Amino acid sequence: MQTTTAPPLNYLNNGHGLGSWLLTKDHKRIALLYLFSITLFFFLGGFFALLIRLELLTPAADLVEPDMYNRLFTMHGVVMVFFFLIPSIPATLGNFLIPIMIGAKDLAFPRINLLSWYIYVLGGLFTLVVAVTGGVDTGWTFYAPYSTSASNSHVILAGVGIFITGFSSILTGLNFIVTVHRMRAPGMTWFRLPLFVWAHYATSLIMILGTPVIAITVLLVAVERGFHLGIFDPSLGGDPILFQHLFWFYSHPAVYIMILPAMGVIAELVQAFSRKNIFGYTFVAFSSLAIAIIGFLVWGHHLFVSGQSTYAGLVFSIISMFVAIPSAVKVFNWTATIYKGSVSWDSPMLYAFGFIGLFTIGGLTGLFLATLGMDIHMHDTYFIIAHFHYVMVGGAIFGYLGGMHYWWPKITGRMYPEGWAKFACLNIFIGFNLTFFPQFIVGYLGMPRRYAMYAPEFQVYNVLSTAGATILGVGYLIPMVYFAWSLKGSPLAGNNPWGARGLEWEIPSPPPTENFTETPIVTEGTHQYAPSHEVGIV
Amino acid sequence: MFTNFPFFPQQASEQAAQIDALYFFLVAVTAFFALLIATLVVVFSIKFRRKHDQEVGKAIHGSLALELLWTFIPLGITMVMFAWGAQVFFHMTRAPKGAMEIYIVGKQWMWKAQHLDGAREINELHVPIGKPVKLVMGSEDVIHSFFIPDFRVKADVVPGRYNTMWFTATKPGKYHIFCTQYCGTKHSNMIGTVTAMDAADYQAWLSGGASGGTMAENGAKLFSDLSCNSCHLENGQGRGPVLKGLYGKQILITGGQTVTMDDAYIRESVLTPQAKVVAGFTPIMPTFQGLVTEEQLLQLIAYIKSLGEAPSTAGTGTPGK
Repeated sequence: MQTTTAPPLNYLNNGHGLGSWLLTKDHKRIALLYLFSITLFFFLGGFFALLIRLELLTPAADLVEPDMYNRLFTMHGVVMVFFFLIPSIPATLGNFLIPIMIGAKDLAFPRINLLSWYIYVLGGLFTLVVAVTGGVDTGWTFYAPYSTSASNSHVILAGVGIFITGFSSILTGLNFIVTVHRMRAPGMTWFRLPLFVWAHYATSLIMILGTPVIAITVLLVAVERGFHLGIFDPSLGGDPILFQHLFWFYSHPAVYIMILPAMGVIAELVQAFSRKNIFGYTFVAFSSLAIAIIGFLVWGHHLFVSGQSTYAGLVFSIISMFVAIPSAVKVFNWTATIYKGSVSWDSPMLYAFGFIGLFTIGGLTGLFLATLGMDIHMHDTYFIIAHFHYVMVGGAIFGYLGGMHYWWPKITGRMYPEGWAKFACLNIFIGFNLTFFPQFIVGYLGMPRRYAMYAPEFQVYNVLSTAGATILGVGYLIPMVYFAWSLKGSPLAGNNPWGARGLEWEIPSPPPTENFTETPIVTEGTHQYAPSHEVGIV
Repeated sequence: MFTNFPFFPQQASEQAAQIDALYFFLVAVTAFFALLIATLVVVFSIKFRRKHDQEVGKAIHGSLALELLWTFIPLGITMVMFAWGAQVFFHMTRAPKGAMEIYIVGKQWMWKAQHLDGAREINELHVPIGKPVKLVMGSEDVIHSFFIPDFRVKADVVPGRYNTMWFTATKPGKYHIFCTQYCGTKHSNMIGTVTAMDAADYQAWLSGGASGGTMAENGAKLFSDLSCNSCHLENGQGRGPVLKGLYGKQILITGGQTVTMDDAYIRESVLTPQAKVVAGFTPIMPTFQGLVTEEQLLQLIAYIKSLGEAPSTAGTGTPGK
């Protein structure tokens, strides 16, 4: 590890005062604005989760009333999905790194980038108002006609929050796509792009194509609720299944908005900490696009028990099987990349190991739910809760934390205490599995989701889950503390503390405002470590 | 304190064994691949652990053969899952002819059941073992979902339409009913018990429960109380079509399409009569929206069914009044 004197001016000290942050057009500063705001929402959502788990310690509704419980799981879902997971990696790491990785000074539309953060904050304010004035109780899925006709909670206000925040997502996606097309440095061809960029490109496609549909859907809910126009409620002449089609047309691809960027992070981590280029670059790159495209055609697997036609069920089942294949291809390629690498066990790599294992379980249990006959029993039970938390937490959050640890020295110029980082990672891994693995079992036993009270035979699994959630909660707090501490107390990182290859490691840490003093000329792909390039092992 | 923590639900229906077989296959595939990946990652990361600070990995760029291998092997396995799951699903969604019908209405927050012979129950469902039972289910308000974990069956109960599911119970006993589609404050209270009994016990239970006539008899009474019979005359001279013998038939409607005269069509015709008018009749029927409850609708359907359908089903009330 080399220590260099920080350059006189970098993006952090170039301009002081609140105004220089709130009016910044620098993608790196905007990334930090996002980091700050999504962290607030993450802990808010986590607080709701903690209350949920405490309530479920016993079969009776003794900590909170069912009405409050229903608001807690709804707010947990809304906050975590729309205000943490969807923006998490793209708006922070993506924002920070994409221009640097392709050798650009900024995103294509810096003002729009700042605007997207303000839109996010405005949507977030609506959600906070909902939270403090009594919440919403429809579940994050807002199923009609419950949401449009029956619920006595702030459905419209929560919908407005989601509607507004959606535009932030659309603008970010648009910005990334234009940037990748137009701003690449000389020599940065499409097939030299870091896989992190490919993953974000695929994510951006989903953001701009899918998000308008959820915006329209929540708007229709508001219209039906506010003006009694019959759209979804059959007593007004509407069709409740139509809502589910519209909702999942976005919300299933939204799962890939959450996981694809994490896959991009893992590809970078595996290469950097194995000091080895990715195995099967084109397969990994195109599998991101395949997931984005096929992911738009699988929404009907959320409707297997709704009364959707049997033949539609067949089509959605088989396409859902197809979407598993590119994910499997990625897992195999990451694993093969470690083979004959020079593998370090630094904390970011531990997150990558965790991701590969947990995402494999999360993905494979998804196949249970894509299998028609099997889904009938598992639908809306804790099996599904376990499955998607393996993907969202074991996948997306492990990717996010792994990426934060890997690029923290670049973002702040400081290292963090590695021992604590390893300890926190292990803590999160154990806490996560203890929380969610028992839910597979209790789900197969038949415990339905969204139950404030449950049958006594399910208790032992819930006690395990709650114990795990406590450990997990502590695990999330530790990095908060050492990251904050590292800003002042840690050694300087230098340009390239990991000995990794990529444009972001060739510039100072923290980078100067303009990223590159002169435009870099790219002559090879990222993560080329070995001096002589051997051929494949065919 | 925790002496009771099962790993699997009971197998109390014919479907349960089929679903469990599929489940064990899926668990085996998952365990195999999860262990394979975990082992490879652990072994590689130890075996190729960085020996000195300047060490780099070998530049291996890939292998088309391996890529094809790990594309097509998983594809093959998922196609087995798909085919097996689809086969089980087809079996689960097609009730055998002659299945005994029970009518379920869900509302916030209770389950109401009507047996054809007139017995009614709330949050309880009595069924005989060894006999296919088909549930025809509607909702009075929002979406619910009827789930019997020990039978491995579930279907959403959606307002405005009838969803069905069926099972054959195999073991006498009491089993949970859970509502699995979130439906508001007391969603987790919308639970009940299925009691599976020997056929003889079931008959005894039925005869103790029925009081106010069969569903078809109640439907017939409604048919005249609501003056349906003033237009739907039996002699063909009425302003509405003759309903006798129509159930299950294809009928021609204004505009040239044909529809099947089934539960959903009867429901639609009572509530929104102008939607699909039988060809040759004028659209003069008034709506009965708000005048009949979901349960009464089911009685009307039972009555119209009892007027005769092509293959008669067991347990239907005496036709012809």
